[in-house]
Amino acid sequence: MNIVKWQRPTLTNWPGFGRLSDLRDEIDRLFESPLTELTRNSNLLSGWTPALDVYEDKDNYTVKVELPGMKREDIEVSLHDGTLSISGERKSETKHEDAEVYRAERFFGRFQRTVALPATVAADKVKAAYKDGVLTITLPKTEAAKPKQIDVAVN
Amino acid sequence: MKALFKNESQPTTPERPAQRPFLTPDVNIYEAKDGYVLEAEMPGVNKEGLEITLEGHEITITGRQANEVNTGAVLFRERHGADYRRVFELDPAIDTARIAARMNQGVLFLTLPKSEVVKPRKIAVSE
Repeated sequence: MNIVKWQRPTLTNWPGFGRLSDLRDEIDRLFESPLTELTRNSNLLSGWTPALDVYEDKDNYTVKVELPGMKREDIEVSLHDGTLSISGERKSETKHEDAEVYRAERFFGRFQRTVALPATVAADKVKAAYKDGVLTITLPKTEAAKPKQIDVAVN
Repeated sequence: MKALFKNESQPTTPERPAQRPFLTPDVNIYEAKDGYVLEAEMPGVNKEGLEITLEGHEITITGRQANEVNTGAVLFRERHGADYRRVFELDPAIDTARIAARMNQGVLFLTLPKSEVVKPRKIAVSE
């Protein structure tokens, strides 16, 4: 019979250690990734958050929102104290009562997005157009908000 | 599961540029007695930008966004602007000759009727 010297098991030799550190990295990553990224890609937590762009040029602000498959009358756009609000409800276009559902990735129901505009806009001149599932809102700036060239008098 | 879609993949073909990846459109798929209905969300895509190709029992949906004129500076951006693509393998029961497509406000509605032979039918019993 051989007598083998007993060795204290060390952590570095523990086979499970590598996987444990992987798990720790996984958890770290979960906390590092901003919560908005998680919620934007998941309808579970946030409902529906349609993607939105805001552009600015000399005369206008332009807001574009992806709202595929809506009815014009189900989209509400309002402006209040420099805050633009886009809301509405998407309803299923067709009824599938006795059908079997294989995939349900589309969201139906209410949504709302608000944008705080950086400068005052002429509320009576705001225009909205809905085409190919994209809502485009054009908000002309007020004269006071437009950039002005100031001549410097040299005497 | 007797699914319409046995596998789905993003094909890497020479004509697919790597620097401009495709977006995967969100879909709803329903099966009724006489066929399937597929709805795919592709905001920014109109009839002209839509391309549906059928190879055997594999259907590829490609949606190209109409070029937008965006003047001025970007203050906030969430939209991707990339094209859409998704591939589905069809149930062999689908009559591929009668597939119909309709586009409405950025949503594609694809009707995939089953061929007459596989539809459930009642057989009358004669005496």
